[in-house]
Amino acid sequence: MQDDSGPLFSGRVRVHPKAVQGTFRRAKWLVLAGLLVVYYLAPWVRWDRGPNAASQAILIDFPARRFYFFFIEIWPQEIYYLTGLLVLAALGLFFVTSLFGRIWCGFTCPQTVWTDLFIKIEQWVEGDRNARLRLDHAPWSAGKIGRKALKHLLWVGVGVLTGGAWIFYFADAPTLAHQLLSGEAPAVAWTTIAFFTTATYVMAGVFREQVCTYMCPYARFQAAMFDQETFVVSYRADRGEPRGSHKKSDGWEGRGDCVDCTQCVAVCPTGIDIRDGQQLECISCGLCIDACDEVMDKVGRPRRLIAFDTLANASARAGGPLKPTRIVRPRTILYATLMALVGGVMLASLMLRSTLELNVIGERNPLFVLLSDGAVRNAFSLKILNKSGSDGRYGLTIEGLPGAVLSVAGAAPSGMTDTPVELTAPADLVATYRILVTVPKAALGAASVDTRFIVTSIGGEERAEHHAIFRGP
Amino acid sequence: MPTKIEKDEISGQHTTGHEWDGIRELNTPMPRWWLYIFYACIAFSVVWWVLYPAWPLPGGFTSGVLGYSTRGEHIASLAAQQTARASQAVGLGDASPEEIESDPARLELAVAIGKSAFALNCAQCHGSGAQGFAGFPNLNDDVWLWGGTHQAIITTLQHGVRWTADPDTRISQMPAFGADAVLTPAQISDVADYVMSLRGTVGDADAMARGMAVFTENCVACHLEGGIGNTEVGAPRLASAVHLYGGERTDVIAQVTRPRHGVMPAWSSRLDPITIKSLAVYVHSLGGGQ
Repeated sequence: MQDDSGPLFSGRVRVHPKAVQGTFRRAKWLVLAGLLVVYYLAPWVRWDRGPNAASQAILIDFPARRFYFFFIEIWPQEIYYLTGLLVLAALGLFFVTSLFGRIWCGFTCPQTVWTDLFIKIEQWVEGDRNARLRLDHAPWSAGKIGRKALKHLLWVGVGVLTGGAWIFYFADAPTLAHQLLSGEAPAVAWTTIAFFTTATYVMAGVFREQVCTYMCPYARFQAAMFDQETFVVSYRADRGEPRGSHKKSDGWEGRGDCVDCTQCVAVCPTGIDIRDGQQLECISCGLCIDACDEVMDKVGRPRRLIAFDTLANASARAGGPLKPTRIVRPRTILYATLMALVGGVMLASLMLRSTLELNVIGERNPLFVLLSDGAVRNAFSLKILNKSGSDGRYGLTIEGLPGAVLSVAGAAPSGMTDTPVELTAPADLVATYRILVTVPKAALGAASVDTRFIVTSIGGEERAEHHAIFRGP
Repeated sequence: MPTKIEKDEISGQHTTGHEWDGIRELNTPMPRWWLYIFYACIAFSVVWWVLYPAWPLPGGFTSGVLGYSTRGEHIASLAAQQTARASQAVGLGDASPEEIESDPARLELAVAIGKSAFALNCAQCHGSGAQGFAGFPNLNDDVWLWGGTHQAIITTLQHGVRWTADPDTRISQMPAFGADAVLTPAQISDVADYVMSLRGTVGDADAMARGMAVFTENCVACHLEGGIGNTEVGAPRLASAVHLYGGERTDVIAQVTRPRHGVMPAWSSRLDPITIKSLAVYVHSLGGGQ
């Protein structure tokens, strides 16, 4: 490397955002409060599902392999509902981003919510931006150590509460709370709390904006969702430039509205200057808008020198008339249509979700068994998935195989061809049976016959079927 | 190699010196904490070398102070499995096979034990699905040489078939009617026609009548009237669609002329009673049990 090539690594510039009041700050606090209330209280909502299922509205039950969400109960083999939910969430994110930029990042992302909380704590303990900068530069003293220790202690406390709430989504909340208080909680609960405490402390306390800038992939591909008519936090250069400090006695002729007070930089949680234009680091939180509005009020100029604005507007202002921003445009129509499509398919499949399912696998070793009288027997592994809340009794029949006799392995065959074999499956569980199907020599037409197993609930209306192939010599 | 590293006028940053069609790349330095994470990884690996097996040496490797090995972990997990299974298998020891079969929990356990023991000890001859091969019986069907009840299967397992080391072994021998000149080739041909007729293949009526006479004189003692077989002496059922040594007429002639006899080891000296009982339950559950 040559001498003038610059450093290989750069030290971190610590960001100390200044406290600010205004519309967007208020909105951020409201969103933060709402999200935290949902996060902490959701596991405590009860939902009656009868005696055989969990009574928690939202529960991810790993040992029993069930996921409960209010009226929805999902089995592991229905994990595609979760995939659908994630696809829907991704499309929702794209949709909102194409309209309003990265407001997910600025207002609702957990990284932002917890970082806001941590900065607020920092501000309580160490004071606002200038006081914090002074404290950082001050030599170590008992007072500095005390303040720093208190701050980190509070941060760890928030981390513990964060992890402590997380685990309630995975176990019955009141039971687990009791176990935690009496020290009887399982080890995995404690390690999860420890992990989330560490993660919260490191991400929201130490890394903060570095998570958004260096770790989060979303910051990198946001540009794919933006277009000329996306509202992004932008500085109106046409109105602000040329910038410069302004004395009360001076007029506003021949200069811009920007008084170069750098308040927008001071409040920025990612430490950028929005006047440099759109940047990778900007999370669209709008705090610079609040800061600038305050200053504009003071100097008596109109608000929103920095505002949520579109690139189309910005270039129009540079010369020519403003055109109204189109909310409905190919990009937003595409995202909205896809969302409606995925949501509709998911809703329909949830509504039509059967509480009875049948799986059949033909045994392949041996494919068939020849009996002494020339009859041919096949064995099938049969699983009855009873997703209802009560024990089920079912009749099993086979279609497309005349003369076939069904029997459950281990039990005596009924000897009758058309009588359904009675099977049971306990509530909310899978019952497994090995079914033997015997076809007399004379009745078997071909070496492989397409058949269907059918289970019908006795005294109910549930019905499920599964295709199978009967093989002979 | 970068050649023209210079300062970019607009951003004030240095370039990497790479240039493509007039587009130059800014050199954006990595955050320093990234470097620290790299150092932390190096420190972690040093700790790992001390604790765990790491470096190959001539004739061995550094074993680490914890003494861990994946093989050791495997052996420990096998031992844990054995212990767990032993405590579970207690419920199988006192129960009769019929009792096990009527209790779903014990049946599941016995079938699991039987299935794994079968794969280890029996599949070599009877096949992995117990489907058998020529000369080795299929255990799925309803044809049994020595009986298909639980008890009969257990006895066969314990003492084997024609396993002379075991005094209680199941033993029987079909005379070599042709090789020892007990029957003439013509008589053997006739009796083969008769045996084929028991399976529904109708041949020459005169030959069958002569064959029936030969059969009554020489074969009925073991294979019984109508060739239904006798599990007491391991005489196979001849009136059957299932055959151990082939179902063609030439197969019958070959077997009457110079019979082949299968051998099965006695397992009581190699497998414990619970495993043998589980094997019997498993084989019985395949669908052919009597």
